[in-house]
Amino acid sequence: MSVGAPSRRDALAGGALVVAFSMTGHARAQEARGPQKTVPPALPGSLKTTPWLDAWIRVDVTGQITVFTGKAELGQGIKTALIQIAAEELDVPPQSLRLITADTGQTPNEGFTAGSHSMQDSGTAILNAAANVRMILGQAAARRLGVAADLLATTGEGRFKAPDGRLAGYGELAAGLSLHVEAQPNAPLRSRQGGKLMGQDYPRVDIPAKVTGGQAYVQDLRLPGMLHARVVRGPSFGTELTGPDFAAAQAMPGVVAVARNGRFAAVIAEREWTAVQALQRLQQAAWRRTAPPLPEGRPEAGLSGASQDQVIFDKPGGAGGAKTVKARYSRPWLMHAAVGPSCAVALLRNGQMTVWTHSQGVYPLRGALAQLLRMPPDKVRCIHVEGSGCYGHNGADDVAADAALAALAVPGRPVRMQWMREQEHGWEPLGCVQVGEAEASLDASGRIAHFRYEVWSHSHNGRPMTAGGLVAGAEVDPPFPPQVPRPIPMPEGGGDRNAIPIYAVPAGRVVSHFVRDAPLRASALRSLGAHLNIFAIECFMDELAKAAGADPVAFRLAHLDDPRARDVVSRCAEAFGWAARRPSDGRRGAGFAFARYKNLASYCAVALEVEVEHETGAVKVGRVTAAVDAGEAVNPNGLQNQIEGGIVQALSWAGLEAVGFDAAHRTSFDWSAYPIARFKDVPRSVAVQVIDRPGLPFLGAGEASQGPASAALANAVADACGARIRDLPLSPERVKGAIGV
Amino acid sequence: MSFVLTINGRDHPVDASPETPLLYVLRDDLRLNGAKFGCGLGQCGACTVQVDGKAAYACLLPVAAAAGRRIRTVEGLGTAEAPSPLQKAFMVEQAAQCGYCIAGMIMRAQALLDATPRPTEAEIRAHMQPNLCRCGTHMRILRAIRRAAGLPVEAASA
Repeated sequence: MSVGAPSRRDALAGGALVVAFSMTGHARAQEARGPQKTVPPALPGSLKTTPWLDAWIRVDVTGQITVFTGKAELGQGIKTALIQIAAEELDVPPQSLRLITADTGQTPNEGFTAGSHSMQDSGTAILNAAANVRMILGQAAARRLGVAADLLATTGEGRFKAPDGRLAGYGELAAGLSLHVEAQPNAPLRSRQGGKLMGQDYPRVDIPAKVTGGQAYVQDLRLPGMLHARVVRGPSFGTELTGPDFAAAQAMPGVVAVARNGRFAAVIAEREWTAVQALQRLQQAAWRRTAPPLPEGRPEAGLSGASQDQVIFDKPGGAGGAKTVKARYSRPWLMHAAVGPSCAVALLRNGQMTVWTHSQGVYPLRGALAQLLRMPPDKVRCIHVEGSGCYGHNGADDVAADAALAALAVPGRPVRMQWMREQEHGWEPLGCVQVGEAEASLDASGRIAHFRYEVWSHSHNGRPMTAGGLVAGAEVDPPFPPQVPRPIPMPEGGGDRNAIPIYAVPAGRVVSHFVRDAPLRASALRSLGAHLNIFAIECFMDELAKAAGADPVAFRLAHLDDPRARDVVSRCAEAFGWAARRPSDGRRGAGFAFARYKNLASYCAVALEVEVEHETGAVKVGRVTAAVDAGEAVNPNGLQNQIEGGIVQALSWAGLEAVGFDAAHRTSFDWSAYPIARFKDVPRSVAVQVIDRPGLPFLGAGEASQGPASAALANAVADACGARIRDLPLSPERVKGAIGV
Repeated sequence: MSFVLTINGRDHPVDASPETPLLYVLRDDLRLNGAKFGCGLGQCGACTVQVDGKAAYACLLPVAAAAGRRIRTVEGLGTAEAPSPLQKAFMVEQAAQCGYCIAGMIMRAQALLDATPRPTEAEIRAHMQPNLCRCGTHMRILRAIRRAAGLPVEAASA
């Protein structure tokens, strides 16, 4: 959603400077191909793919500055951080800026808002684009005022000032030049001279509306003449209703249409409650499974299928240590489970389809929708509007397709489509089951001599690049072929993300097994395979430390060379009071874990204390301490919020969650069948230490804490009661069973 | 059927079938954004409003049963410019990520503070138990409630 969207009049005002970049042939060609490298790689962040300054920043004659990002606000606070960056470099008040987020009609194509990439990609691009704009405006001011550019100073409210006091405003300067020029790689950065805004806890711009009932979400959009729709499906992915009574639904008062195409169906009504009632009527029909039966029994049963195997780390030698340790870890299928079911609004008018969506990738979605609707891509516009929490690929894209298909049936009328709770639980893509197997030998001095790790995983990337990646794509007639799952290559990796130990090992081997065919619908869940791999390796480090008779933190430090990693581990241990912690007494204990996300992004360590109730197996988390190094921290409070949230969410995953299924369908259809952490389950306190690295690249923090938090929990339970639980979740039944009471 | 709903101190005539959940009337007829659809099952609290001073699930309460009772939504507490003490505490603590659950959180917490101005930590957690947050903002929500109650914002032992 835009923050104060500029009108077309604004865009056309002032002439020279504002060139609607999306209208240029170059930009259009670029969209058709997707992001391409068009300039030497010296340009940082997303300037690599979109080098034009006016794609990122425009200044109208009045001096109003509008900033554009292809990334989307997901509740992670990206809008606020980007405003801070742009205001800092342009030296203007942050509240004076307008920010337009992901919109295929207005913003650069920055692919998906995912993988903790927004700060690296868009933050870096806007930082440098803003520095370029300030430099160009400064040069123009120097010409106008007849003084050398280095004698000019910015005033903090959008003007340059000469030593004699004469002023030149950004608006008047911008009117005389074009920003449709490529960025230069080395424009001087104001923020490097000790900025005043970056590094501050500037309040999130979206919070006031969210706490007072302002319009904040796509769920809140109310367009003139808008209709309400519900999609008609079986209880979960891989099922369909048999013979729903469409005639009865159509005959219900207030039902405007039943949109049908092949097996796709949606009821459209004047009022939302009517649409819900019509859906409930249709859901009285029987259902059947259309996909092969699901494998009952152990959740990882599906991983025994054919795999593509790849050695991703190989350092020969080192065999034959004094002591060998071996262990196998797993996690079950997990759900994103946003509190608000997915929603979209679509409008077909004059041959143009506009979709308001909380998709993480408006450009890829536009491509998939164009295929699905059999419309040219330039006739489809996708505009990001915030939705309920986004923790990866959920139902956002699917419901956008459902809304668009429904809108085809009622041209000229906007259609608001929202999934029901059971549809979100039943149809959203899941984070897949994974298994990791570790084996290591220790030398006589207790150091790791050899490290072997193997991971088995399905795909972590089912995001729609074609219509076949959308639920509706398989339902329309003729159906689109399903997307073929592919592994995500290293260095970021998918199922094998963080499978290579960050620790110094003299020899070792890591093998990634990609099992393409998954029984359930698999795609990206926050941190992808890093969750299981960090859980496994960090639990295993504790098991090795125990075998070596070493303290877990000391054992990690003994195998860490990177000074930033060592800092994070030490700072976390110190803040927690690790060295002086209370010895375990059979009920209470403490656990520690550390990772660098993807082995190339943020560093995060987590220490926590638990109390295990022997009678029930319940694990109560007390104090949690984390330390994080995410490079330069633009908004430390926002960074802490991300790390805290990641920890609390991961403790819910690790302590409670597993998607249930039988042969026919998912059985986790609501919050009673898929419990997540509530207030009585969350820690007593969470404190996050931010290690700021001014001037160093932004590393992103949305996915840094999930792996460490999950492993720290299992390590604390093992410390507390001696029960080493290697399969997630650490449910009360499992803990009780492991204690053996 | 016609009903008169008393919302945030004002009477609103509405026309809806009697079994319509209050939530849809608030959102679609009265254009109030605060109460959210989360589950329609009374399991998540995203739709929480106050009815006669008590926290209630707007997704379960038929409009016919809501008529004649005092209904309060987050819009009735304050505005972005003039927030209520509890809304202000949520802003100060930056107690939101996606924020979809937050209006419901505020309305449930307000019901607690109305009845028990200085609750214990255990009372706060027990009272807030029905409401779900998936972003993991719980620690900040708890701090905001403590702040609004004039309690130390750091957690005491539960």
